[in-house]
Amino acid sequence: MLDAIMSGLNGLVAGFVHLHWSNPVMILVGLLLLYLGIKKGFEPLLLVPIGFGAILVNIPLAGLMDEEGFLRIIYDAGVMTEIFPLLIFVGIGAMTDFGPLLENPKIFLLGAAGQFGIFLTLALALALGFTKLEAVSIGIIGACDGPTAIYVTSQYAPHLLGAVSVAAYSYMSLVPVFQPPIMKLLTTKEEREINMGSVKKSVSKTTKIIFPIVVTVIAGMIAPKGLPLLGTIMLGNLMKESGAVERLTKASANEIANVVTLLLGISIGATMDGRVFLKYQTILILCLGLLAICLDTVCGVLFGKLMKVITRGKINPLIGAAGISAYPMAARVVQKEGQKYNRRNYLLMHAMGANTGGQVGSVIAAGVMLSVINGMGIV
Amino acid sequence: MDNMTFGVSMVVVGMGGTLLTLWILSLLMLLLKRLFPYKEENEKI
Repeated sequence: MLDAIMSGLNGLVAGFVHLHWSNPVMILVGLLLLYLGIKKGFEPLLLVPIGFGAILVNIPLAGLMDEEGFLRIIYDAGVMTEIFPLLIFVGIGAMTDFGPLLENPKIFLLGAAGQFGIFLTLALALALGFTKLEAVSIGIIGACDGPTAIYVTSQYAPHLLGAVSVAAYSYMSLVPVFQPPIMKLLTTKEEREINMGSVKKSVSKTTKIIFPIVVTVIAGMIAPKGLPLLGTIMLGNLMKESGAVERLTKASANEIANVVTLLLGISIGATMDGRVFLKYQTILILCLGLLAICLDTVCGVLFGKLMKVITRGKINPLIGAAGISAYPMAARVVQKEGQKYNRRNYLLMHAMGANTGGQVGSVIAAGVMLSVINGMGIV
Repeated sequence: MDNMTFGVSMVVVGMGGTLLTLWILSLLMLLLKRLFPYKEENEKI
């Protein structure tokens, strides 16, 4: 009788007995993510489920990521199959207006320059001893695009998924913190004051409808390995611009995107088991991720300066900083910084163009990278 | 393939490929705008 009671009591304290030192640390990390999402408003839609997932998976003996665990089922069904990031991309496409980009197509090039950090960080990760496929997954943090980072990492380095996803989403939300000092450092006061005028409405509905189809076919032919990413974002955009499938557009941008974001967030959090997550490599990945996004900003602004010279002063180099995928945050940062130096300066729509260019650019950069490593026979 | 060759190749081909692809797309966008110019009265319909 006493033995039975003691055994029962043992069952109740087993969770505490099996607690590894890394579990409470990761529960604190989960709480920090919840704090950033709830209190600070940093990407709450993702940081809240990720933070809670991190707490769940660090409670011993619950077995949530075991073979039959519910988080494992969600993770295997949506992340490992790459379905979740792709469904989110349909929603992103359905929410994005490429109008400002189509008004001034040359700023598309800023969306390319804003991806250079990916490749420079990849080279640095290789120099630091990461394997080729790990370096590819770390570099992709520089896409500043959560779904793209998850898509690439789940294919080539699933063991780094937690660190890469947390880095991608948390740094994306910190764009307003670390971009302004870089923008100020790399531009002169005169450059920041350049007024680009207003954006004229000059794009027909037909052009807006044909645009996603042309991008899918041409960019898909160049970088076929990135076609799932590009195809889904362009499908969403085609649905939006055509206006013919309003129900699907709304569902993609709202219900589907919301459900998938929840499931994606919680399953990413579930990869943050302390025993796997807390190691030197993770800290290195977080540092490299930050560097990648800073390099994107540096390259974007420098390319903006080059375009300013080529266009004889018509381009304000600040909009180069918006050539990343953090939409529309990066464009808002440019607008705010521009107005600090010239109150009559409305860079928002120009920056929105560069920002949507950055969205497409990040997907194309990922596609180019995947196609190149495929071409090299690495995978 | 050693890491050095892979890294340099990725930087050159990756950055170049991304820039080239987006440049081609920007040219196609200009072409689209010429082929289907904006007409205010048509857009209102």
